[in-house]
Amino acid sequence: MDWQGQKLVEQIMQIMLLVFAVIAFVAGYVLGSFRMMMIVYAGGVALTALITVPNWPLFNRHPLNWLDPSEAEKHPKPQVAVSSKKERHQKVNVVLAAE
Amino acid sequence: MHSFGYRLNGLLTFAVTILALMCAITSLSDNFNTPSPSAEIKIININWFQKQPQGHDEVSLMMNVSADLQSLFTWNTKQVFIFVAAEYGTPKNSLNQVSLWDAIIPAKENAKFWIHTSNKYRFVDQGNNLRGKKFNLTMHWHVMPKTGKMFADKIVLTGYSLPEEYR
Repeated sequence: MDWQGQKLVEQIMQIMLLVFAVIAFVAGYVLGSFRMMMIVYAGGVALTALITVPNWPLFNRHPLNWLDPSEAEKHPKPQVAVSSKKERHQKVNVVLAAE
Repeated sequence: MHSFGYRLNGLLTFAVTILALMCAITSLSDNFNTPSPSAEIKIININWFQKQPQGHDEVSLMMNVSADLQSLFTWNTKQVFIFVAAEYGTPKNSLNQVSLWDAIIPAKENAKFWIHTSNKYRFVDQGNNLRGKKFNLTMHWHVMPKTGKMFADKIVLTGYSLPEEYR
């Protein structure tokens, strides 16, 4: 999910949960049923989860523009010193991204 | 919000927080209910009235309890617990409260009732003060909610008295 997708998803999640809470309370109060309030709210939470949690493609419409591998080749990784007994691995994560 | 687990955690936490808020508001809505309960207790008969081997007075009575407690129920009521207590004063204790009978009312339909019963719990005094004793019978109720605050109140019925002599 890209940055804009994440922001959108957070907004959708907060608004949907609040709206469902209000709908659930009103439904429960008018019907005089506590159970109804809980059912409506649980349904709302499930629906919100379905919309906002999985990594839907529509939230990835502004994907991050990672640089080509050729750019990384111009900047080689540092050499690792190899000892006779053990090989110590040095992992260097070089991450280049353009906004 | 960068991963599935992160979003799921955020959603569940927020959902539970809002749920707590909903329960608080639900409990507050109970304050808008203005109950108008009524109760009547008649003592039909004194079954027996004796001095026990340990020296304490004990009486067994037959009562007819009738009440309409339907207005106590709201959408947030789980059940109503009621009990009838005898109240009187003695030289030793300024106030004695002896519970004689109780019941749980699970739903509004059951809240308008009458029952002909002897006292469920023993009416025993701490001493020998019951001969000719004037006492009140109070109907107490506890409205137990599904969530939030419990309300308790009572009706005091006066004018009851025990016989002058043991039977």
